[in-house]
Amino acid sequence: MQAFKDSGHLFRLAAVFVAGILAFLVVRGFLVPKSFGQYGHYRGDAMAEIAARPVNFAGHETCETCHADVLEKKKDGKHAHVNCEACHGPLAKHADDPTSVQPPKLDTAVLCVKCHEANAAKPKGFPQVASADHSTGLPCDTCHQPHSPVISGETK
Amino acid sequence: MSISRRHLLLLLPAAAVAWKHVLAGTPESSPNYTMSEHWWGMLIDLPKCIGCGNCVRACQAENDVPDGYFRTWVERYHVSDYDIENPAVDSPDGGKKGFPAAKEASGKNFFVPKLCNHCVESPCTQVCPVGATFVSPDGVVLVDKKYCLGCRYCVQACPYGCRFINPKTDTAEKCTLCYHRITKGLTTACCENCPTGARQLADLKNPRDPIHEFLKSHSVQVLKPNMATHAKVFYFGLDGSVR
Repeated sequence: MQAFKDSGHLFRLAAVFVAGILAFLVVRGFLVPKSFGQYGHYRGDAMAEIAARPVNFAGHETCETCHADVLEKKKDGKHAHVNCEACHGPLAKHADDPTSVQPPKLDTAVLCVKCHEANAAKPKGFPQVASADHSTGLPCDTCHQPHSPVISGETK
Repeated sequence: MSISRRHLLLLLPAAAVAWKHVLAGTPESSPNYTMSEHWWGMLIDLPKCIGCGNCVRACQAENDVPDGYFRTWVERYHVSDYDIENPAVDSPDGGKKGFPAAKEASGKNFFVPKLCNHCVESPCTQVCPVGATFVSPDGVVLVDKKYCLGCRYCVQACPYGCRFINPKTDTAEKCTLCYHRITKGLTTACCENCPTGARQLADLKNPRDPIHEFLKSHSVQVLKPNMATHAKVFYFGLDGSVR
């Protein structure tokens, strides 16, 4: 063992390395979340956290469980495929507690033009009006029923 | 199908139970949601878009998007005759309040809604130094807020400009494809509120999803196909001038 006569410092150095690696592994074990790497190079739990966000728009299926009468009004009209909350706004809270949370009343003079004000970039077949000429400031529901807006007798 | 009063009364308690689940849900507790069974994308039927901005407003209401930032927005294109290379594009406040009348009615005018393309080969997730953004097993590009450093690499890497730094949290933010909704069986807020059906959520792994029939029978395009990002937001009727 003549060759390893002065090898003590090598073992000491190796011990320092091993201790360092062990310390790294222990600290890493504490710092890296359990779910990291579950599906890939990211935290698997992140998806559940993102998915846990509360819903604001209840979805038209939920509305229709109670408001079947409105569905009946809409079904043959031009607005049959316009979902409830597209006009009435986010109402998950109302769906959760229908009595104490009431949807706000809508002003058709402001609401309808959001879609139906004339604009050259809109598709040609889409019904659009220059509201100032069309209704002279009257709210749209003076003549049109919002749930089925075509006035009977009109062709379009 | 008509529902009698008796049927409705039978249905209501079941609906109430389901609704409780929906409100409290996580993907694990969401009934019938298995990540490996879905592969999400979206279809944008451009000829139906009326530029009302309902999607932008719905997105902001659903996801608490700070004012002046957008997870989805609508652009208006004006292409003068024969000058497809130089379209004039405007998007006042992301189209949130609709669009003023066009200055010029000549040429071609149309709307293009934009959002995260949920790319399969997403450039934004590849540059993240800490694994804070990723493509989920069901094909949605998400950001882990707790891991994000706010280094902004991903904001620069996205070729579609779909990411921003939330000024409140100082972390990267983007469209989650309403992950909290689609895992509960609902559609996204923008699709739910699109009055003309121009936006449709698509589950590419669900053989019964109408997207398959649509893709078979229509010519669709993705944005910037030359970048090979394998985007999953499909545009029908996309004009060549759209960037």
